[in-house]
Amino acid sequence: MSNAPVDNSRRRFLTIATSVVGGVGAVGAAVPFIASWNPSERAKSAGAPVEVDISKLEPGQLIRVEWRGKPVWVISRTPEMLEQLKAHEDKLRDPQSVEPQQPEFAKNEFRSIKETIFVAVGICTHLGCSPSFLQGGFGEKVEGTDDGFFCPCHGSKFDMAGRVFQSVPAPLNLEIPPYYFIDDTTILVGGEKGEGAA
Amino acid sequence: MKKLVIGLFALLPTLSMAAGPAMPLQEANIDLTDQASLQRGAKLFMNYCLGCHQMQYQRYERTFRDIGIPTDIGQESLIFDGSKVGSHIKNAMDKDDAAKWFGAAPPDLTLISRVKSPDYIYTYLKSFYKDESRPFGVNNIVFPSVGMPHVLQELQGLPTPVVEEVEEHGKTVTKVVATETDGSGEMSVDEYDQAARDLANFMAYVGEPSRLDSESLGIKVIGFLIILFIFAFLLKKEYWRDVH
Amino acid sequence: MFGNIINWIDERIPMTRVWNMHIAQYPAPKNFNFWYFFGSLAMLVLVNQIVTGIWLTMNFVPSAEGAFASVEYIMRDVEYGWLLRYLHSTGASAFFVVVYLHMFRGMIYGSYQKPRELLWLFGMFIFLALMAEAFMGYLLPWGQMSFWGAQVIISLFGAIPVIGDDLTLWIRGDYVISGATLNRFFALHVIALPLVLVILVFLHIVALHEVGSNNPDGVEIKRKKGTVAEEDKPKFKFHEYYTNKKDIVDAIPFHPYYTVKDIVGVVGFLILFCYVVFFAPAMGGFFLEAPNFEAANPLKTPEHIFPVWYFTPFYAILRAIPDKLMGVIAMGASIVVLALLPWIDRGKVRSIRYRCGFHKLNIAQFVVTFVILGWVGATPQTDFKTILSQICTVTYFMFFVLLFFYSKNEKTKPLPERLTK
Repeated sequence: MSNAPVDNSRRRFLTIATSVVGGVGAVGAAVPFIASWNPSERAKSAGAPVEVDISKLEPGQLIRVEWRGKPVWVISRTPEMLEQLKAHEDKLRDPQSVEPQQPEFAKNEFRSIKETIFVAVGICTHLGCSPSFLQGGFGEKVEGTDDGFFCPCHGSKFDMAGRVFQSVPAPLNLEIPPYYFIDDTTILVGGEKGEGAA
Repeated sequence: MKKLVIGLFALLPTLSMAAGPAMPLQEANIDLTDQASLQRGAKLFMNYCLGCHQMQYQRYERTFRDIGIPTDIGQESLIFDGSKVGSHIKNAMDKDDAAKWFGAAPPDLTLISRVKSPDYIYTYLKSFYKDESRPFGVNNIVFPSVGMPHVLQELQGLPTPVVEEVEEHGKTVTKVVATETDGSGEMSVDEYDQAARDLANFMAYVGEPSRLDSESLGIKVIGFLIILFIFAFLLKKEYWRDVH
Repeated sequence: MFGNIINWIDERIPMTRVWNMHIAQYPAPKNFNFWYFFGSLAMLVLVNQIVTGIWLTMNFVPSAEGAFASVEYIMRDVEYGWLLRYLHSTGASAFFVVVYLHMFRGMIYGSYQKPRELLWLFGMFIFLALMAEAFMGYLLPWGQMSFWGAQVIISLFGAIPVIGDDLTLWIRGDYVISGATLNRFFALHVIALPLVLVILVFLHIVALHEVGSNNPDGVEIKRKKGTVAEEDKPKFKFHEYYTNKKDIVDAIPFHPYYTVKDIVGVVGFLILFCYVVFFAPAMGGFFLEAPNFEAANPLKTPEHIFPVWYFTPFYAILRAIPDKLMGVIAMGASIVVLALLPWIDRGKVRSIRYRCGFHKLNIAQFVVTFVILGWVGATPQTDFKTILSQICTVTYFMFFVLLFFYSKNEKTKPLPERLTK
């Protein structure tokens, strides 16, 4: 054993310093493992914006497209449908779309860019089922409203602007995805204007 | 002893275990940081190779990003079949048809630089020569009886073989040892060398797209470890004063 | 507060007791040298393999159709996937580097001798499990070398008389290596063998701590009770489990002295390891073989087939013998004979430091033999190399035969009473 007295402060300093530097290393080593859980290039590629051709969309018709694995509805709303939107506002949870369930451009009474064309993510905000489009048959669910969406899983109801009715399990209006009109007959779902037409 | 072990460890990579090819390869001197070269290589690949050879594991978008081509420009000028920018670099050739035409389906080239080497690709591209006995009228020094045409002929021209008599296993055989340009190509010899280098460079990048990231991260990691080593070493010395 | 939590736990599981017995008050000889780093490094590499392996499994597709593409998916599409893969592939080779050096340490300091025979045997079982683990893991990327390497190795079982052909068929689950083989190897590689390895490593350490570590002098630090004068005993506190049975000399507690020392070894190792991972993951074709970047093709054999470098010494012994069955037997014997080392070596002196000059020569020739066999097994066969591998096969076994004879009445140097340095 050495006769030199033990220098405790030096020992403590080196222990702490090594621990701190080693700790930084451990955190750094964790980075690749954590980052590898992010969406891969394949997932990102599959989640790329989707072009939708609406030239053949009839009034009252709904078409479904897949975007990031989720159903996105594109509906051409008839004048009657638009008319009814105002009539039942008192029965809705969030008629003014206060909750951030839509991009800024859709924060209006129709929740859309163009009045007639409605685009929404067709997934119930309750537990993720996809609601059914009841065209003309919605009156059974909500009196005085002919068209709307009804979720078969737990009975949530949404109007033709994807707004949720009161006293159903779903807490929020349907989500509106980012989208824009490339031209009069083509929509790009998932892209913001100016992002570069990919 | 310690030094010996470390020395042996360091020696390992220099011992090449692949059997030497008949012809020595020419050095491509590729540079993965040379983005202009990579971009030219990508352009050559898309124009001349992709018709038959895919890079089925590599995506356009990632390639464009890594070699410094803006996505929209890449989409317009380097994707010829209307594929989405996020898709793999593939062609529409039917595998079975291709096997009928060429004898074997043209191999995927994603990893060719790792199966062979960038030097091999470089040498291969420069080793086509005129040989009427072959179905496509050309042969290759480093790939005898090659099954593909000389697709870069419009650039290089059709080189003529330089034949020499060489001793092999005690017998004298005639062998093609080099090629000579016939001057009918669009490019000069130097320009064509550069084109071959660009292609080899691009394929080396695609073979291992993480190479540059790996090296820049590696320097930081090793730098950090050296700092940690100093602290750990001082700590050990401090504690071991009790023992010595 | 902190003490209370410790007490609460200690009343329920023996945390503090285990910590003291096996780490803080575990007596380790004070003269461990460079060679004693490789045990803890093997543990480090094992942890690296398990963790990176789990992460690779998250994206790997164990099917003949999807395996190769999923490896390229990991290399290109998954964030940092290339790093996870290179850590795992480099780790496999590093494991064998470390384990071979660890075994060599045992050989030169006689760590297998009585009373550490079982410790050595557990080590050999770890080595066997590790070879199986590496072999099965190598099939998973489904490249040309994966496919043809597995084809060759599995065909070895065909050399067994009577049942050979049925056995190979059963191992493959098909007439050639196929998706069925890949899937069963995957299951064994990611679950069964790692479990076996971890259990064996645990037993290896239990056995080590029961008998205590050997050291470069090969002189026992645990003496008969009552034979050591009070002033000769170390000034450290050791666990009574050890001091009640024996008197201990020249020992220091494992923690902090060897923990801080092993950290230095670990960081030093990591510098070399990371150099390979980040700058030369293929290691000139030794760690990742070039033909394996081409997807498996059952109709086309690569020009040269070699196992990965860590199998090549044994592979060279196999190739050296012109008879298939005898070759397989010789290869198996070359590993079994290592396991029998505690009984082959009849010497009373452990360390090479105090053994006869002939023993030093014998070990030196064994090292040279092993390296030459490794080189021959990793390069294309020529007539010269066939003869060379046959000579080396003889000298490989000759090491053990000679050892058996000269160790009985070996002229050794006098052992020191206490550890030197």
